[in-house]
Parts: sequence; structure tokens; C-alpha cells
Amino acid sequence: MTKRQLWQRFIAQLDLPLLAGIGLLMLTSLLILYSASDGNWGRVLGQSENMLVALLCMWAVANLPLHYLMRTALPVYLLGMALLVCVALFGEISHGARRWLNLGVATIQPSELMKIGVPLMMAWYFEKHEATLTLKNYFIAALLLLMPIALIARQPDLGTAILISASGFYVLFLAGLSWRVIGTLFVAALASAPVLWSMLHDYQRHRILMLFDPSQDALGKGYHTIQGMIAVGSGGIFGKGYLDGTQTHLDFLPERTTDFIFAVYSEEFGLIGNLIMLSLYFFVIARGFIITANASTYFTRLMAGSITLTFATYAFVNMGMVSGILPIVGVPLPLISYGGTSMLTLLLGFGMLMSIETHKNLVKT
Amino acid sequence: MSNPVELKNHQREIFNFRFRLAISIGFVLLLLVILLLRFIYLQALRHDYYQTLAESNRISIVPIVPNRGLILDRNGVVLAHNYSGYTLEITPSKLKNLEATINELSALVEIAPRDRKRFKKLLAESRNFETLMIRNRLSNEEVARFAAQQYRFPGVEIKARLFRDYPYSDKTSHLIGYIGRINQTDVEQLEENELAANYRGSDYIGKTGLEQSYESELHGATGVEQVEVDSAGRAVRILSRTPPVSGNTLVLSIDAKLQEIAEQSFGNYRGALVAIDPNNGEVLAFVSKPGYDPSLFVDGIDPESWDELNNSPDHPLNNRALRGQYPSGSTIKPFMALAGLYYNIRSPGRAISDPGYFTLPGSSHQYHDWKKGGHGSVDMFKSIVISCDTYYYGLATELGIDNIFSFLSRFGFGKKTGIDLEGETSGLLPSQEWKMKRYKEKWYAGDTVSVGIGQGYNLVTPMQLAYATTTLANNGVGYKPHLVKEVRSSRNNENRLIEAKPEFDMKLDPAHLDLVKRAMAAVTQPGGTAAQASVGASYHIAGKTGTAQVVAMKPGEKYDASKISERNRDHAWFIAFAPAEQPKIALVVLAENGGHGGSTAAPIARRVMDYYLLGKVPKPLPDLPEEEVDQHD
Repeated sequence: MTKRQLWQRFIAQLDLPLLAGIGLLMLTSLLILYSASDGNWGRVLGQSENMLVALLCMWAVANLPLHYLMRTALPVYLLGMALLVCVALFGEISHGARRWLNLGVATIQPSELMKIGVPLMMAWYFEKHEATLTLKNYFIAALLLLMPIALIARQPDLGTAILISASGFYVLFLAGLSWRVIGTLFVAALASAPVLWSMLHDYQRHRILMLFDPSQDALGKGYHTIQGMIAVGSGGIFGKGYLDGTQTHLDFLPERTTDFIFAVYSEEFGLIGNLIMLSLYFFVIARGFIITANASTYFTRLMAGSITLTFATYAFVNMGMVSGILPIVGVPLPLISYGGTSMLTLLLGFGMLMSIETHKNLVKT
Repeated sequence: MSNPVELKNHQREIFNFRFRLAISIGFVLLLLVILLLRFIYLQALRHDYYQTLAESNRISIVPIVPNRGLILDRNGVVLAHNYSGYTLEITPSKLKNLEATINELSALVEIAPRDRKRFKKLLAESRNFETLMIRNRLSNEEVARFAAQQYRFPGVEIKARLFRDYPYSDKTSHLIGYIGRINQTDVEQLEENELAANYRGSDYIGKTGLEQSYESELHGATGVEQVEVDSAGRAVRILSRTPPVSGNTLVLSIDAKLQEIAEQSFGNYRGALVAIDPNNGEVLAFVSKPGYDPSLFVDGIDPESWDELNNSPDHPLNNRALRGQYPSGSTIKPFMALAGLYYNIRSPGRAISDPGYFTLPGSSHQYHDWKKGGHGSVDMFKSIVISCDTYYYGLATELGIDNIFSFLSRFGFGKKTGIDLEGETSGLLPSQEWKMKRYKEKWYAGDTVSVGIGQGYNLVTPMQLAYATTTLANNGVGYKPHLVKEVRSSRNNENRLIEAKPEFDMKLDPAHLDLVKRAMAAVTQPGGTAAQASVGASYHIAGKTGTAQVVAMKPGEKYDASKISERNRDHAWFIAFAPAEQPKIALVVLAENGGHGGSTAAPIARRVMDYYLLGKVPKPLPDLPEEEVDQHD
């Protein structure tokens, strides 16, 4: 085999347009991180390592034939549920929330696993009952979603609970949940809002209230919102220029390399930069939808659709939070924020998308 | 299923799916448009507004750290306060070559190896972009010298700061504790309790002692200053200011002079002393000896001093009064006697004949009295006065461990007293259940015998024993012991008194109490085990001596202090209250390796009571007399 052939075989299962979009976002990430960390190469290198590991995992998943992917659904879901129960029983408490499980070797956050596990399980379940779908099946699928959500919301980890709810809801929606049920759920959700409000933790209510008046808590969480909005707004049309963001470099912005990295970008590259970034995201999302539309089985259609929509939701929630239209829920900007865990979860999802695209001709229904 | 099952039309299903997908795409587009509109709003329409905020009027929100509250003794004597001084501080993230900068600095300002080591330690523990202290307490001359050269040192600055100072230093170290730099664990704890906002700008937090347990009172509320800064980040003018609110002042029930006298009375002995006003639970003196210099910890202790404190055989960091657990020895006897009376096991008049040892029925093992040959005929009164072991071997056996456990736990043994300090240990009051859990072994009759004289499994802390003595002095009515008497609010000059209310009343029979208290008063009279404690005293002292074994002796071996290395000598206990008829002070003294309670611990108690009751300041300590013959306990 020549080098060229080897290379071709290596990338055979990758979806090149999708990979290009991801790659561009990743390069942007490194660029912003360098500025956000005040020229700290350690952060940039650390993020590169995270990306490399995640890309390798993505490659492995992309090479996984679809029936293998389906077979992982039940074990992954059950493992995730078992771990969530363990967290509830003897998880470690940190920052007032019980989210982590100490395995002796490493501390893990099982809710991350469920970001993939829940839609995977639901799509698998629908595939199994595809021929005879009734309302009962939707009900059971909803239960599959609600059990982990309840456990995660109790930790409490509202951000993750909302995102997983969204990814599960997308599966239900794409699986054809009737409009009437969706309408009823919507009304029910509105009606139960006061009840939910009373169940929220004080700090969670606080964050939502602050959205309406950030100056209420100028030293605490409101500070994040105020400084984020100032950074974005002062960026203007063309931005202040790379490495010239005053909000960033005069220490005004909190969590610059993680949840608020978008503010750094927005301040330095302005509205034009934001348009470019939205386009990049839209490119990746659009490619995801194309893969979804071409997917060959019920399972892959649901899975691909949910992955793509969830990715879009992540991006929206983070940018909305930084620009002050959503409460601060601690969701990183996908593919850009510093951090290994979210990078890995996202790229596992993209690996599945690629596998769905490149293996579609092997399984035809 | 009632509905007819039909296989779905594949084409139709694909159509349905694509329809839903189209709606999804529409949804995503909607989200993107919302974001875009928001960006246009912020960056194009409101740009000028935010530009003003960010560029020309960069408003910096600067926290103003409140002054930490003072700690005063009951008479207003200052035990912890703040003073202002200058520090030299470095922001490592702004420097290219840290080592070179420090070397250059040392030409201007003296930087001792100790300062460098402490700085290295701070650096290792610090978060990003933090400013760290390299020198504190700069002299005016040093400040002037550095100020003239400051332009050469970007990233190095002089700051005026408040320092915490503890005038009584090691004499109150275990009581007051100290503050120290906020570390990662503290940060997490603060975030967990939603207090992080109030600690923005704060560098210090209470680490031990009252500084820790009353942190929320002492810290105060952080103020906010909105400052206009120029493009280089320098403050130009103050826009608005919410002043900080200083921490509250703590007024302790401690009498600083009494504390000092108590501390000095120990001479070279290690040990602990807790004195309490039995009428309200106010702690008058709280000593754990040796102490340490708390100011070492305030700005981060250097590794050498830390090793020295940590590895010292005297364990100066160990709060003996609160956390030290020792066998109670014979100090338990008055409580045992009360239990005997309470359960009607022994009548006061019933005398036993003491041959100098005790045997369990059906066993030949002899439990020895401290006095060879025994004390002859001993009734309850005499058993306390001369501390007869044989009497209590028998009494404990007849009581049984279950009764002992239930009666003594009402006096607070085996439980935390709930004093307002963190880290209290609970001692050990053994029970059948405990032994089964701990050793998977059943309780033997022999175990009960040694518990009768406060040996065996039982362990008490000086704090606990003081609490029990206080309760006894107050006729079985217990007040929760507390160190803080009053919290003075800095906000509105309001004073919150820590109220003294009885926690429980054991409802003991006055006749029983009278007998035991009279016997304790006789302990300090000629013939008692602490006779010399009240020589020349103008008031009556009720007391009880005790000895806690450090090393167990082989059967038949005679205790001979001179043959045992100093660290293995018995610990000396003395519990007392005075005046015996109407107690105003109850206390416990523990002198580690002090040998006999009567000769080493009791004189310490006497000096403390003389000062408290008569205002008599003792002369400097003469060399402690070596113990005399035939004197136990």
C-alpha cells in the first residue's frame, strides 16, 4: 500500500465538509484562547491536547459500523443511569452540587455521558418499535428521558438537565410526536412554571432574576452579565482588534477562557467577527442536517437530527448567556471554550454523525 | 392493542420526517436570527453606550474590604486587633523574570531567606494573576527608598494594609486562633455557601479558634466602589461608593489577666486549664500549654517554622483543652459516688473494709489500691477525701456499666460540650455497645472495675471535665459553656448578648449533692489528697485530684516517678470549685506528666482562684517542690 492509499483509508470514514467546519472552529478556539489567557501558551497547548484526544475518539467512533453503534445504546444508557444513582447516593459535593463520582483513579461526571447516552437510547428504542409506533411508545421514550433528567436536576445541575431535556425532546419531535401532544406539553410547561420556580435552588432563581436587573448583584453573578454585555457591545462593528480587547486584557471579564470566551472574541472581532462565527456554526449545523436528511435508517435519522440540533442549542445558549438574553447556566461554547470534557462529548457526537454518513450505503431500509 | 397494527408507508414516513427536519432547520435559523439581532442591538445600535462604558469611562468595580472585628476580653482588654502597615507585593504574572526582580528588590529592601521561602510557598498556592506579598511591615525608610525606584519595577507595588495582631500571642493562641490567607479549599467552601461575593478582595479568613468559629461575625460586609479607570487601568475618580461595614466586635467572657496568670502558673508544665463561671457557663480562662505565636500563620508560615512547630515533642499546635483526650483518673470518683447514691447502690454511711485490693467474685485477680495495705474502713465521704480505689472498684461493679454509662453521659461525658470553638473532640464514655462495635468483643466485668477509677477505656477532654465539674458545682443544672459573651454590632451599636440559659437540670437529690460536695471540700483540708492546695486560703475549695496513667504498669510493679522518663510520668488532674458553699468559679487543671494532682495541678488551680476571688496576683513561680512521699493522686 502506498502512503497515499494508507491515508485515504485513514480518512475514508470521515466526512470532510463536517471535518472542515469543526477544524475551522477549533483553529478559532486556539486563536481566541491565546488572547483570552493573556498569551499563555500553556492554555493553548492544553486545549490542543484536548482537541487531539477528542479528534482521535471521533475517528474511532466514525469507523464504528452502525449496528455496533446501536448495540452500545442500552449498555451506555444503563451504565449512565447506574452512575447517576451512585452520584445521588455517594457522589462528591463541590460548589453546593453533588455531580462528581470518585472512582479512586479519576473523578467523573456521569451527566456528561448521558448527553450522548440519552438520545442514543431513545433513538434505539424508537428503531426497535418503528413498525408499530403508538402513543404508548412515545410515553415510554419520554420516561427514558425523564429518569436521568430528574437525577441530574436534583444534583443540581440545571444547565446540563436543560440541554439533555432538549436533546431528548428533539428525538421525540423527529420521531413524529403528534402536534397535539407537543401543544399540550407546551401549555402544561407554562402552567407548571410557578411550581418549577418554587423548586429551584436560591442561586438558580437568583441567576434568572438577575437577567432582568444585573446591577442587583454587581459583585457576584450580575458582574458576569454586565461585563459580558459591555465586552460584546463595545466591540462594535469591526471589533477592537486581536489582542486589543480592553475588557479582556484589563481583567474585567470573568471566566474568559471557558464560559465567557465568546465575549473575548466578540470584543476583538466585532459584529463582523460574530457574523463569521455564526456562519461557521451554521455551516456545521447545515452539514449535520444534510447528513440527517440522507440518513438511511430510522435510528440514524433520529440520532443525527438530535446531535445536530443539540449542537445548535449549545451554541445558542452560550452566546445568548454572554450577550445577556439568557441566564448564566454554565454552558461552554461548543468547540471553542477551554475544557476537555465538553470537547470529547461533542466530538463523540460528530464521530457518530460521520459514521452515519459514511456507512449509510451499507444499511438500506 | 385495539388499533389495527399496520405497517407504515415508508415513503410517507420519509416525507413526515423531512417535514419535521425542515421545521428544525427553521427553528435553528430562528435562533441564529435572534442572536444576530441581539448582536446588532448591542454592537451597532447600543455600541456608543457600551463603548462609553468600556473605553472612555471604564468603570471598575472595586471591592472595599471591611475592617475585621476586634476581639476583647470581658473587661475590654484587646485580644485581637488590626493595625495598618506597608507591604511590598509582587504580581508574578506581570513579571518576566521573577528571580531577577526579587534579587534587584533585595538591594532596596531587606528580603530575608525566610521571606523568600514564604513567597515561594505563596506562589505555589496562588491562583493566576494574584498579587503576592514578599515583605511585610516595611519601615518608613524602606517605603521611601522603594517609592523612588518604583518605575524600575512594573508589577511590584507597595500597599497599605491592615494587619491582624494578637497582643497576648501564645497565651491566647488556642483560644483566639488566627486568620490566614484564603486558600483553594476556603474558596470552594465560600462558593458553596454563596459567600464568594462578600469575600471579593478579602485575602484573609479565620482558620482556627474564635477567628474561625465567629468568622461570619468578624468579617463584616464588603463595600463596593465604582471607579473610573483610564486606559492603563489607573483609577481616575470614584463614581459611587457603598461603604463596607466593619466586622462585629466580640466581647469574650474570658478575663485576660486570669488567662495570663493561669498560663504562667503552669511554669514548665504542659497541660490545659479551663475555668468556668458555674452560674452562667461563661468560660473565664481557657489555656492550652504550650501555645504558639499566631502571627507566624497570618501571612503564611515559612516551612522552617512550620516544621519546628509541627515536630516539636511538646505539640504546641495541639489544643489540649479542646481536643486532648486523657483518662479521667480519680477525678471521676465524685460523679461515680453520685451515681451510687442515685441508683441507691451505696448508702452514705455504709463502709467497706479496704485490704488494699479488690477481687471480682470467682476470680483471683487483684485490682490494687494506690495505697499498699489499704485504707481500712472506708465510707463514701472518706472514699472521696482519700481517693480510695478499692471502694470504687466495688461501687462500679455493683452499678454495672449500663448505669454508669447512662448516668455519666448526663454529665456530658462522651459528648461534645458544644462550646463555641470548632474541632472539639468527644472523649470516650465506654458502653457495651461501643465495645462490641469497636473491638467486636463483649464487655467483661473487669472492664467495669477499671472504669470505676477513671482508667480503662474512658477518655475525657479537659473541656468536658470542666463542664461536668461546673454542672456538679451548680447542683446538676448545666449551662452550655461559651467563650463569647456579647457581639457588638458595628452597624448600629447594638449589642447582642449571648444569653445564659440552663440547658438541663439533672434534678439531683440535694442530700446526695451535699455529701459529695462536703467530701470534695474535705479533699483540700488536712488529711485530704490536696491538703496543701488550701493552706492559708480565706475561702473553702472543693476539689478532687486525679492521675492519668501514661504507660500501663505491669501487675505488682510499683510506680516510681524517679525511675520513669519524664514524658512517661503520669498526668496530674485537679478539678475544683470555690467558694465551696456558693461556687463562683469551677475549673479543671491538667498538668501533663505532672505526677500527682495534689502537688502539681492543685497549686495552679489555687493561684487562679486566688486571683479570681480575691484579686491576688501571685508572686513569680518558685521552683515547683518535688512530690512528697505517700501522696497519691
